[in-house]
Amino acid sequence: MIRAVIVMNTQGKPRLAKFYDFQPAEKQQELIRSVFGVLSSRAENVSDFVEADSIFGPDTRLVYKHFATLYFVFVFDSSENELAMLDLIQVFVETLDKCFKNVCELDVVFNFNKMHTILDEIIFGGQVLETSSTEVIKAVEEITKLERASNTISLVPKSVSGWQAR
Amino acid sequence: MNPFSSGTRLRDMIRAIRACKTAAEERAVVRKECATIRAAVSENDQDYRHRNLAKLMFIHMLGYPTHFGQMECLKSIASAGFPEKRIGYLGLMLLLDERQEVLMLVTNSLKQDLNHTNQYIVGLALCALGNICSAEMARDLAPEVERLLQFRDPNIRKKAALCSIRIIKKVPDLAENFISPAAALLKEKHHGVLITGVQLCTDLCKVSTEALDYFRKRCTEGLVKVLKDVVNSPYSPEYDMSGITDPFLHIRFLRLLRILGQGDADASDCMNDILAQVATKTEPNKNAGNAILYECVETIMSIEDNSGLRVLAINILGRFLSNRDNNIRYVALNMLMKAIAVDAQAVQRHRATILECVKDSDASIRKRALELIFLLVNESNVKPLTKELIDYLEVSDQEFKEDLTAKICSIVEKFSPEKQWYIDQMLKVLSEAGNFVKDEVWHALIVVISNAPDLHGYTVRALYRAVQTSGEQESLVRVAVWCIGEYGEMLVNNVGMLNIEEPITVTESDAVDVLEIAMKRHTSDITTRAMSLIALLKLSSRFPSCSQRVKEIIVQHKGGLVLELQQRSIEFNSIIERHQNIRPALVERMPVLDEATYSGKRAGSLPPTVSTSTGSSLNLPNGVAKPPAAPLVDLLDLTSDDAPAPSSSDGDFLQDLLGVDLAPIPSLSGTSQAPPSGTDVLLDLLSIGTPPPVQTNPSTPIISSPSQNSQTSVAPLERLSSLSSPLSTQVSSPAGASPIVDLLDGLSPSLSMPDNKAQESNFSDNNGLVYPSIVAFQSGSLKMMFSFSKPPGNPQTTIIQATFTNMSSNVYTDFIFQAAVPKFVQLHLDPASSNSLPASGNGSVTQKFRVTNSQHGQKPLAMRIRIAYKVNGQDVLEQGQINKFPAGL
Repeated sequence: MIRAVIVMNTQGKPRLAKFYDFQPAEKQQELIRSVFGVLSSRAENVSDFVEADSIFGPDTRLVYKHFATLYFVFVFDSSENELAMLDLIQVFVETLDKCFKNVCELDVVFNFNKMHTILDEIIFGGQVLETSSTEVIKAVEEITKLERASNTISLVPKSVSGWQAR
Repeated sequence: MNPFSSGTRLRDMIRAIRACKTAAEERAVVRKECATIRAAVSENDQDYRHRNLAKLMFIHMLGYPTHFGQMECLKSIASAGFPEKRIGYLGLMLLLDERQEVLMLVTNSLKQDLNHTNQYIVGLALCALGNICSAEMARDLAPEVERLLQFRDPNIRKKAALCSIRIIKKVPDLAENFISPAAALLKEKHHGVLITGVQLCTDLCKVSTEALDYFRKRCTEGLVKVLKDVVNSPYSPEYDMSGITDPFLHIRFLRLLRILGQGDADASDCMNDILAQVATKTEPNKNAGNAILYECVETIMSIEDNSGLRVLAINILGRFLSNRDNNIRYVALNMLMKAIAVDAQAVQRHRATILECVKDSDASIRKRALELIFLLVNESNVKPLTKELIDYLEVSDQEFKEDLTAKICSIVEKFSPEKQWYIDQMLKVLSEAGNFVKDEVWHALIVVISNAPDLHGYTVRALYRAVQTSGEQESLVRVAVWCIGEYGEMLVNNVGMLNIEEPITVTESDAVDVLEIAMKRHTSDITTRAMSLIALLKLSSRFPSCSQRVKEIIVQHKGGLVLELQQRSIEFNSIIERHQNIRPALVERMPVLDEATYSGKRAGSLPPTVSTSTGSSLNLPNGVAKPPAAPLVDLLDLTSDDAPAPSSSDGDFLQDLLGVDLAPIPSLSGTSQAPPSGTDVLLDLLSIGTPPPVQTNPSTPIISSPSQNSQTSVAPLERLSSLSSPLSTQVSSPAGASPIVDLLDGLSPSLSMPDNKAQESNFSDNNGLVYPSIVAFQSGSLKMMFSFSKPPGNPQTTIIQATFTNMSSNVYTDFIFQAAVPKFVQLHLDPASSNSLPASGNGSVTQKFRVTNSQHGQKPLAMRIRIAYKVNGQDVLEQGQINKFPAGL
């Protein structure tokens, strides 16, 4: 089972954090911090796997990939194949890349809602749901279309613009 | 409309947060946003609920509390529109958890949405359920999910399958309902559904043996066939991972097969062919291919025995080890670690490759490889492997040396075929990485050396050579110092030469040089120096020609700042100068250390027979034949080991001969049987373990703490009394204590303190209500008396009157008395009668205070005191602890 998916930047700011077994908010921050502590102290030419027993409890490991300013971290237990998790990160990143056309940290920051939607189409309750980025994008696009189509809500502020309110 | 509810857009909030330069600024922005959102929540604002929830999720990710948004999620879920529902479910998954009561309220909405006509809303509900489902929800909603397993749209089917996993994990009883729908999913053509279906079957097998039997009997063959189709399927672009078709599906299949094959010969048999096919046909060039191979290997190792396949699997791992990708090497080592239990012989064949991994550039791989090598060592390969590892020790990174050294030492200790080889290897390690060697390792080495009489000369010469080249390795120096002290004459006379040795010429003064350097080297720590002092003392009797020089070196530390060394120096000097008659016996070579006892002690259990083991008895000049000093193991215990030695051990005093630790060692028992004439020397040596009295010279120290001191010197007695009370009375009797004065060259006996105190204790009356006054504190010139009285009707409270007297010839000015008491006691100090204390006992200062012991009758009073005053304008501080309050206060 996948325990958590964390995307954070190289300064340790979380950009996406999803925990598949419940963690209280303070604990989440603590976990993110300790994961960052481990990652930031790792050398360049080392393997992408880290034993995470000390952070997430027994029988956990994490795999990470470093893209530009972002770390993509998957935490999982022994029921998952480490190398496959590495590929799954690849699938996730490829999907983001296709959705945002050359994804960068800013896309991730401002579209964290969409990030969640994408992630939910790939990993479901800690299990791998879909591994084809084409399928994932198809599903995400359907959802986006549906959001746009329903006009029960407008995302533009009705009365005062954001500027003046501040 | 609420003027606050308009707020900012999500995008603007993120921007504002990103623009913050400090954490405080960020907190301010978040606080403001949260205030706005709270206002909107209390207004029940619907227009902006969507946006507020999105903001809350962002704020939540940053780690701020967002509990006030939980109800908003529920409201949002209950609304009709898709976007509201979506954000509501998203919030539900992020902001809520299965433990919260609020969640009960959502079950109904979920049930409705699972039956919704819009399949995307069904998808949302499934997704939320799969993430936060509790046991009650699982029971309530299982039928809906079960029905959705047959939904027309594959996207819903796969979500329902994974949702079922969550449900059966929460409520394993529900598993049987899912068995046949899950089996049906295995016939799916859609890859996504197939992956989730296989996963569902796997998890069903884990929670229910019934399911396991079912799938084993009915589905194994089918699964093998489907996997075969997948393996041989033509290229399909959407499930392609770098040229390998659908590695995830492969892996899920292999995993399910593993569970089915484990412990079932028939099922294992059935899958042999396909496993062999996957193992041989998969392209090992890319990560995806290796992921499949890796999974396949694990399956082969787990299913019932097929030795051919296992060799194939271990060879795949062997190939992995030479892969350029760190990740592949890493997982291979992990798997080999598991494989050792299954087929150690096959793993042994890859020893050379694994050894190469010990030298890998990636630290995590090195560590694994070292652990693996450690598991592979046996009697037959220990020599070449140790050689390789020691060779590598020379070039390895500093941070890896510690691990490596520990492993080498443990390998050598465990498998060494002969003692000489063991000693050789240990010396190599000590000279290479002596600073990383743990204390017990070199302690063990000394035990082994001591037990190999024919190697004493060889060892001491080898150590002498090693110390010349690697003198910076602390533990090497320690072992060398010990051996030179013990076997110095063998070093000088080339005694017991082995054939392989080259003779060396070492003069007596060369040997002393080594010790002197060890003493003087600034990096030497107190243990090394203390050991050197003892070695010097030993050599002083063995090398008469160097005796004078040794004495000079020892004397240099007479004024040392480290009490331990100073005391040793003074005592050893006095042995050399005044006690020639007993010196040779005192510094005799140590009896052979008992290996069994030592290893037993290392294992954490002291053998009960310590005192009865046989050995050469130690003859003292006064004719008292000491029983064999059995727990001599303690001699090696230079670390702080203040656990009381067994009281039956009569030879314990030797422990203190080496006992470096400053903690009081209650090993005075040795003295109890010996006549006083011989005992005083020993008693003196014994006191090495106890902190030396501070008030050696009452005039000089400005800051002295005599009371505390007497306190600590009482400690060993108290401990002794807990061991066997008669002994303690003997030791503390003035007859035994007084001769010490002579030997300590004017050091005042710490042991006599309690007696003085007891004598001075003033028992005014034995009447139960009147408590005796006590001398609570006495230093060189200051005396403090306590007298007690109790107010009627309040047994907890005691009124204490303290009377201070100054015996010195100087007036004490600015006199301040302070006291501290344990938590269960309350203290109220009245002002003192004066703040200056006349000289020569001409008058006194009194101060009253009141203590209330809340645990009266259960815990005795205790007090720490501090007295500050000025003598001739100089500040003096005295402090101490009072535990000797009369009982019943």
